[in-house]
Amino acid sequence: MTSPAPAVAVSGLTVTFGGKVRAVDGVDLVLQRGQTIALIGESGSGKSVTLRAIMRLNPEKRTAIGGSIRVAGRDVMQLTRRELAAFRGREVAMIFQEPLLALDPVYTVGRQITEAIREHERVSEAEARARALALFERVRIPSPERRLDAYPHEMSGGMRQRAMIALALACRPQVLLADEPTTALDATVQIQILLLLRDLQRDLGLSIVFVTHDLGAAVEVADRIAVMYAGRIVEEGSARQLVRTPHHPYTIGLLRSRAEGALAKGSRLETIPGGPPDLANREPGCPFRPRCFLAEARCVDDPPVVAIEPGHRAACWRTDDAARIGREAAAVVVPV
Amino acid sequence: MTIGVFGGAGLTDRGGPAQPLLTVTGLVKHFPVAKGFGGPKKVVRAVDGVDFSVVKGETLGIVGESGCGKSTTARLVMGLMPHDRGEMLFDGEVIGGTQLSLRAFRRQAQMVFQDSYSSLNPRMTVEGSVAFAPQVHGLSAKAAVAKARDLLARVGLEPTRFAGRYPHELSGGQRQRVNIARALALEPRLVVLDEAVSALDKSVEAQVLNLLLDLKAEFDLTYVFISHDLNVVRFICDRVMVMYLGRVAEIGPADTVLGAPSHPYTGALLSSMPSLDPDRRTEVAPLAGDPPNPIDPPTGCRFHPRCALAEPVCAAEEPPLASLADDHRVACLARQPGSGHSLAPASERIAA
Amino acid sequence: MSAPLRTLPIAGEPIGARAAPPVAIPPVARSRGYWGGVAAKLVRDPVAMAALAVILAIVLVALLSPWFTPADPYRGAMLRRLRPIGTPNYPLGSDELGRDMLSRLMVGARLSLFMGVTPVVLAFAIGSAIGIVAGYVGGWLNTVLMRTIDVFFAFPSVLLAIALSGALGAGIFNSIVSLTCVFVPQIARVAESVTTQIRNRDYVDAARLSGASALTIVRVQVLGNVLGPIFVYATSLISVSMILASGLSFLGLGVRPPEPEWGLMLNTLRTAIYVNPAVAALPGLCIFVTSISFNLFSDGLRTAMEVKE
Repeated sequence: MTSPAPAVAVSGLTVTFGGKVRAVDGVDLVLQRGQTIALIGESGSGKSVTLRAIMRLNPEKRTAIGGSIRVAGRDVMQLTRRELAAFRGREVAMIFQEPLLALDPVYTVGRQITEAIREHERVSEAEARARALALFERVRIPSPERRLDAYPHEMSGGMRQRAMIALALACRPQVLLADEPTTALDATVQIQILLLLRDLQRDLGLSIVFVTHDLGAAVEVADRIAVMYAGRIVEEGSARQLVRTPHHPYTIGLLRSRAEGALAKGSRLETIPGGPPDLANREPGCPFRPRCFLAEARCVDDPPVVAIEPGHRAACWRTDDAARIGREAAAVVVPV
Repeated sequence: MTIGVFGGAGLTDRGGPAQPLLTVTGLVKHFPVAKGFGGPKKVVRAVDGVDFSVVKGETLGIVGESGCGKSTTARLVMGLMPHDRGEMLFDGEVIGGTQLSLRAFRRQAQMVFQDSYSSLNPRMTVEGSVAFAPQVHGLSAKAAVAKARDLLARVGLEPTRFAGRYPHELSGGQRQRVNIARALALEPRLVVLDEAVSALDKSVEAQVLNLLLDLKAEFDLTYVFISHDLNVVRFICDRVMVMYLGRVAEIGPADTVLGAPSHPYTGALLSSMPSLDPDRRTEVAPLAGDPPNPIDPPTGCRFHPRCALAEPVCAAEEPPLASLADDHRVACLARQPGSGHSLAPASERIAA
Repeated sequence: MSAPLRTLPIAGEPIGARAAPPVAIPPVARSRGYWGGVAAKLVRDPVAMAALAVILAIVLVALLSPWFTPADPYRGAMLRRLRPIGTPNYPLGSDELGRDMLSRLMVGARLSLFMGVTPVVLAFAIGSAIGIVAGYVGGWLNTVLMRTIDVFFAFPSVLLAIALSGALGAGIFNSIVSLTCVFVPQIARVAESVTTQIRNRDYVDAARLSGASALTIVRVQVLGNVLGPIFVYATSLISVSMILASGLSFLGLGVRPPEPEWGLMLNTLRTAIYVNPAVAALPGLCIFVTSISFNLFSDGLRTAMEVKE
């Protein structure tokens, strides 16, 4: 046997809404089994759209998807409607920022989990209930027996997030897609959930795609980080490579604009000037060019994807110059 | 800039630089909770005895988790809801008292809200929203619009491009700039920023933080900056107040409180911040569980059920907000001489 | 609203202590605004546009009918009663007194529309005022106003209209009064809930912080945001109002013979339902088409007014 197919392999993915807005513009992404990759980027960078495309969750009528998506070797684009229904939940599950939208308010959480299990597998009610209980213990909900019979609104924010993770894991999926699951949480709760996801990845061999706009959350949870800008991955590497030796001006800009990097109180923060481009009227070339401190004439052509080290790539014409500046910026924000 | 439109007696400094701009003592706000028939009447102790002051020209940060009462405190200060008990002085005068009416106070104190969309009238142009307050205070429509455009230019929105737009035509960062311009339209002395940058993307957040710094210097502003992001607070604030379940846990200079925290809760908040260093990831969550509900706060120290330093005395006694150093006050029995806590310093020496 | 601010371009004036040099403020780029956007969306909605066309056609007919009816709507002919549709000189047949149906339907549109629309317009004014005050002021005033209004909801609107009309006596004016009383509580309740929502928006708080009086805030910040949804709801009531008004006339509590009004015509023709069902059903068809047009149009308006957040 050859080595098993990667958990997720996306290549040349494009997503266009309403025939005009190109939200994802050629994304290549490989997630090995048992790994966690974080997609980070700002609003409109296409990170959530990419995530949803893996499960084909974007509204079918308005969306045109190109490229290929394979999950555990299966071609997601070729799945029929029925296969897709079985695929969702069973092989890939998703958790969201707002658990109240994912959980049904009129059923207890326990009932939702047992039904999800029985939907996909032929097991008895009691067996499903036992598995739900085990899941609640697994995601460390205190007094799980009692909490199974609670309605979503009776739980606190962190508990609901855990319950949603339990629901997502109900059918033992191999891949978990997480769409900003910790953004709305308080700091002390957020770190608990991040650590929980890390444990689940390790203990269950789960592969996780974690979408966030917070570099800190990405570093805490992910092995690898992909930085997205205007629908493209501009830099991808291990968390360490990305934070210590960033090679793309946008990654560097993100690091430098953090308040930790300010030299002194009251000094100004380094910012990325301007705003993101209009995705409905894309111009050729590097989309970051108008805001880039290294931009020059050749940037009007699409930048090459430069392999910096094994597993570390950046889409930029001037990775060498960027690397020098990036090392300095990283030394300020994340001192060794 | 068209400064001084409303200039005149009553808006200038009265008490001199030594007098705090805002002094809050014993502030209390309880919300009744609707309960079924016969049950005991319950209240949410949103703000439960809060004391602090804001020095002229400084930025005071207020941090804490949801339910700690930081936003309620802001709304109480601004008079957006009545408070149950306590006293609030603005430059030495009671807010809403005989010397300083609520209306006169609001001319000198303004607020920027978190939700940039819901804080702008969707049916009004941007310049209409900014010009509203000056018009209320007697400026002619023309003069108010001129002022609005000045302010829009000042917050980085080119008036010829943006003044005639509606809120939904702007990005979140641009809308928040409009909200800041509106807050400045009455030339206030105090601006309360309630999670004003929390909903913005990081790169936009940095732009807006820079803008806030520039405006503060240009207009001699004093800020109360409410946020849950300790990095941002440490960067922009001179002093920080940490709140937990409606009470002040710790207050002091930002570098002291966030650099060497004395209250265990402040420490837990700090170590809950995600690490940016892949080689030093967080291994154990500093606190377990969610912040408790302010309906039935624990007895004694409200933090004791989650606190690593808790001892029986913490459940029995409510710690006072005691001075630790000059400007640094902490509500923790473990830091208070003679409190009966085993970690408490000896009575003579006060730990620095 | 911001109308006084639109007088552009504005010459810069020296303001305050520091006299700035007079600089002409350049005109700014203006977008079409909220209502412009709603209109643009509305014209792209074929159903709403068709409904609007029907409504306009009916209104036009109603307005012009005194001059353009093919025959005298009041003159009967005992020998030519209940002619079927398509009879020469009687394109839509004749009624139980031999009067031309087409002419009567055309003239009847005047009273039917008037009795359908007027109560809604009146109730819109009164109900909005009550609801906005209750919603904005809140507290005990809200409780008193809204609980009083709730009393009206205890009765089905048809019964309420009949009871009020019966108590006041028959006649057009009394019908309108009683129908207005039926709709005021419904509109007030919608107005109150919309206002309560808007009242909790941060921009209303920001306006309060500006020191503006409650009246100014309601006028400038609240009204523009609540009248739209209330208006949509009110247009959906026009069809109900027309049906109720017809019902009152049918029962003899509204318009009196020989005035043509669709509801009344339906009543007087009901005996002919076995003789000439097609003709007898015509006034009902008119009521149905008009009310469904108002409903479809108000649906389209509501969709067009949904703001993207």
